[in-house]
Amino acid sequence: MAKFHVTTTVNGEEVEFLCDAQDSMLDVLRGPLGLTGSKEGCGSGDCGACSITVDGRLVCSCLMLAAEAQGHSIGTIEGMAQGDRLHPLQEKFIELAALQCGICTPGFLVAAKALLDRNTNPTETEVRYWLAGNLCRCTGYDKIIRAVMDVAADMRKGVAA
Amino acid sequence: MSDIRYVAAESLDEAVKAMLAAGGQGKILAGGTDLLVQMRSGAQNPGTIVDVKKIDEVMQIVELPDGGFRIGAAVSGAVIGEHRKLAAAWPGVVEAVNLIGSKQVQGRASAGGNLCNSSPAADSVPALVAAGAKVVIQGPNGRREVPVEAFPTGPGRNCLAPGELVVSLTLPPRPPGSGDAYLRLIPRTEMDIAVVGVGVSLTLKDGVCTAARVGLGAVAPTVLLVEDAAKALIGSKLDDAALEKAAAACSAACKPINDKRGTIAYRTKIAGVLLKRATAIAARRATSNVPGGMH
Amino acid sequence: MTGQVYKWIGTRPNRPDGADKVTGRARFGADFNMPGQLVGRVLRSPHPHARIVSIDIGAAAALPGVKAVVTAADFPEQENIVVPAGEMQVNLRDVTRNIMAREKVLYEGHPVAAVAATTDAVAKQAVALIKVVYEELPHVIDVAAAMQDGAPILHDHIRTEGVQPAPTKASNIAKRVENLKGDVARGFAEAEVIIERSYTTQPVHQAYIEPHACLASAAEDGQVQVWTTTQGHFQVRGFCSRLLNIETSQIRVTPSEIGGGFGGKTVVYLEPVAVRLSQKTGKPVKMVMTREEVFRASGPAPGGTVKVKLGAKRDGRIVAADITIALQAGAFPGSPIGPACWCSMACYDVDNIRVVGFDVVSNRPKVAAYRAPGAPISAFGVESTIDMLAQELGMDPIELRLKNAAQKGTKTHYGPTFDRIGFIETLEAARNSAHWKSPVKPGYARGLAAGFWFNVGADSSAAAHVAEDGTVTVISGNPDIGGSRASLALMAAEELGVDYDKVRAIIADTSSVGFNFVTGGSRVTFATGLAVVNATKDAIRELKVRAAKIWGVDPEGVVWEGGQARPAGHNVGEFEPLSLAEIAAQAGKTGGPINGHAQLNAQGAGPGFGVHIADVKVDPDTGGVTIGRYTAVQDVGTAIHPGYVEGQLQGGAVQGIGWALNEEYIYNARGRLDNPGFLDYRIPVASDLPMIETVLVEVPNPHHPYGVRGVGEVPIVPPLATIANAVARATGVRMTDLPISPPRLSAALDAAMPRLAAE
Repeated sequence: MAKFHVTTTVNGEEVEFLCDAQDSMLDVLRGPLGLTGSKEGCGSGDCGACSITVDGRLVCSCLMLAAEAQGHSIGTIEGMAQGDRLHPLQEKFIELAALQCGICTPGFLVAAKALLDRNTNPTETEVRYWLAGNLCRCTGYDKIIRAVMDVAADMRKGVAA
Repeated sequence: MSDIRYVAAESLDEAVKAMLAAGGQGKILAGGTDLLVQMRSGAQNPGTIVDVKKIDEVMQIVELPDGGFRIGAAVSGAVIGEHRKLAAAWPGVVEAVNLIGSKQVQGRASAGGNLCNSSPAADSVPALVAAGAKVVIQGPNGRREVPVEAFPTGPGRNCLAPGELVVSLTLPPRPPGSGDAYLRLIPRTEMDIAVVGVGVSLTLKDGVCTAARVGLGAVAPTVLLVEDAAKALIGSKLDDAALEKAAAACSAACKPINDKRGTIAYRTKIAGVLLKRATAIAARRATSNVPGGMH
Repeated sequence: MTGQVYKWIGTRPNRPDGADKVTGRARFGADFNMPGQLVGRVLRSPHPHARIVSIDIGAAAALPGVKAVVTAADFPEQENIVVPAGEMQVNLRDVTRNIMAREKVLYEGHPVAAVAATTDAVAKQAVALIKVVYEELPHVIDVAAAMQDGAPILHDHIRTEGVQPAPTKASNIAKRVENLKGDVARGFAEAEVIIERSYTTQPVHQAYIEPHACLASAAEDGQVQVWTTTQGHFQVRGFCSRLLNIETSQIRVTPSEIGGGFGGKTVVYLEPVAVRLSQKTGKPVKMVMTREEVFRASGPAPGGTVKVKLGAKRDGRIVAADITIALQAGAFPGSPIGPACWCSMACYDVDNIRVVGFDVVSNRPKVAAYRAPGAPISAFGVESTIDMLAQELGMDPIELRLKNAAQKGTKTHYGPTFDRIGFIETLEAARNSAHWKSPVKPGYARGLAAGFWFNVGADSSAAAHVAEDGTVTVISGNPDIGGSRASLALMAAEELGVDYDKVRAIIADTSSVGFNFVTGGSRVTFATGLAVVNATKDAIRELKVRAAKIWGVDPEGVVWEGGQARPAGHNVGEFEPLSLAEIAAQAGKTGGPINGHAQLNAQGAGPGFGVHIADVKVDPDTGGVTIGRYTAVQDVGTAIHPGYVEGQLQGGAVQGIGWALNEEYIYNARGRLDNPGFLDYRIPVASDLPMIETVLVEVPNPHHPYGVRGVGEVPIVPPLATIANAVARATGVRMTDLPISPPRLSAALDAAMPRLAAE
């Protein structure tokens, strides 16, 4: 059977790709589109390493068919920095050592940005529950939560974009 | 390699036709958070995937003239959680839907999908059962409605006939003094399947419970409507004796199994524990839902 | 405590690989691709124990798109010899059987065959077409059951080692070990209080978020390249060389960024198979495990049983300890029973100690190292028992531990005598911590436990290359699993006296730097750090030679201070100092490139000690445990980059919390794993936890120029007992079996109700 032809927007750029019906968005991002920043940790929506946004909504790209992307707008970790400027969350993760091995980091950043895009004044509990779908086995989450809280505080002060 | 077809149906008619054409090999795609996992594990090998998210009716939340709500079957948990009026009227239903998976899963998972997956541990279903929700089904012979508790017929099985699909869930209007709540027990604080889930909806008048429904999940092959628990609450002031009786009714209704998520003894006990706790939350909401009725 | 003033050591600069890792640019195991690559997939056993009668690959091989199918017949037989791998020892005969089953399958998930095909879909289809005829055999999963007479025997050739006279009958007990110090019987005779308990722990998985993945390319001329996610690319090279009879220098292994390992990526699963498939097809072959394969067929850490008997005087002095530990090795011998035994009582200076250990095989995946292998299990038993002793004696748990604490000069029960260690300082820091001094919140109870790990030195090589502009590249060969590039660059910058951002640390492939033992044993910052310091010193020696040449003086007349060459004294002559950049700019005229090299076998890894404190609340109706506050205190030697040191303590503590509360391998009656995914293998999520407070105690290791001790492993040792001790104090119920999951704790609370009600 012929492949599906899909036209969609990824990180603001229009892209086209061919896929099979069963291909996940993650398969296509990492394969034909070459965007390997989204990681596959489980393939079942339990680890969050493949987090992307679809029309601004946070989802696991392993739980979405690539064919569904037609006409939508996809955001991935590769689109988070603006030009040569890291997003404040990216900077803060580095500054606070909020990553160790770094495999979960893209997913955490995409998820954390989705939170702060909605709410720049989350409580620690809100941050922890928002990020509960992102597994990290290295950090014990402490520095990740601190980084997100710090950036939220900076945003409220108008320090961070 | 089996060739899977993907159809993004533009109308209910098209979706029904595609399902019929698939000859029993069709699967409806709403949020896909169960379907994609099942396809990957080999548990599902659909011939045709029918995406219903382009159909307006399954993607909308509508406030009905009688004060009830119609929730499109494919509306995501995130969208449901952001609907203020719905959350005010049915906080228990909304929190139950919002407990399905992570924030990422919430971006896609729907109440309709949760129901159609027909897991006895589905989080939204006990709350929908307690709410007295009706399932609107469209099929080759037109439209029909069934109560939520009659929808699942066993683990992974439901009452949908070939070519049928769930369009929406309707929630009835709320009388004053009503409240609902859903609680589940999971080993962690997030990201788990319910070991037990309890939904309670009740109406209070002058401190007396005048109506109640109790839904109980993960303790039997399907989510249960526990009428004996409701009976124990109705007519009472939700005093300890009534709560004990209702809790005992929940425990008695349990027909659980021992599995990787819990034991028979544990599930049976927790059903009663959660009944009491959920009832207390529902009652608090009912009390604050009476205009000027705050203590 | 060091009294040393450093410019860079102890600061928290950005890690060199930070930008790559926050932008998705960093390439992990599954991110490598080559033109024309094939996809490899493994057929795995559905049975926990079965004889392989026949394998028919005909239909699979005939499928269009399938380029090769391999079975054990494609891998040469190996000798029955043991070689080191990470912190574990492995037998090559067993390793080749673990990567591809030969006579028998020994666990569900055991590889039986592998295919290489043009697409993943074809590869999966081909795997399904391989026909294997099995003769199912009775299986045994649990360690206690496996030790019984009449248990199904996994290996007919195993006779229990360490038993006299040597047994003649095959057994699942591969080895018995014993450590003895003093006279245990006499010790217990002196004791005024004796406490004895038995404990069990379940197998747990390292649960790194990145599944195993590799890409192998074998060229027609015999040269092989491998890109893989590993804690030790030199080990991968070594295993591929041994298992496939390829000369070592023909193999070049490049480590990808590694998405967590915790010991589980010190062994090989996919790499030799991918190389063999590549050899047979003449094309690159990529293999990536699914999460389910990771759980069924890699790692885990063992479960075990621990029996602890402690005798003490009423004043709290422990006079005797008798401990028996049995650990699951999985399908092949080689559990970390040695470290489990050695660590059990290492925190304490006790005259009479006997520790007996058993290494037991059963029909589970062969265990791999997991952060302080074995130590958390024995510490759970010992530290729980010490807590009971403290309660029995009415003593403060820190006071009791201080009274018995090991210190410099303490002779351990397993042989060595401690040099300078920091257990007493760590206990005192715990006592002085904000957490310990704070009142316990209503509804909560506080628990505490200690832990020990040796830390490892071993082989490292490094180079320091001075570029023509005076910036420096530091080259070593340990995959950076948690920020080690930053630590190595900090030490090199400190040594050179230049700014941190003038030094770049990179990790070289097996052909570009000398041998480095695995990233494991908490050894990288210590041992490879030492190699980097020595390589930097070597570069400085050369820099001084060049300065001497420029000045026309003897090299002995030049000193290196503050990043500059200076005359050693007025008698040398009056010269303006020469900066690194100035010397580098003239390198061409003074003798060519300026590099430093070092290779060493690092001795004197400083042992580490940790003390953890937890405040927990127990829901009496559900058995749910909430952690309200948690603090990890540890002697870290010198914290080179405190941010990453804290991170090690926090991450290790949380892994231990998961081990204590919810993580376990659940097998069904058919010997199959029931929870091979992150849904039901429940590692802690962010909402389960409070902030993890840390207290870094710095008692420098005398055997490292900057006082480094390994820090990565100690923090997983105390949490199991810390949580159990807090739960015991919250409920009055002592949980001796892990995990303390809600159903288990609820059942224990219900069972204890009549007793507690009577008290």
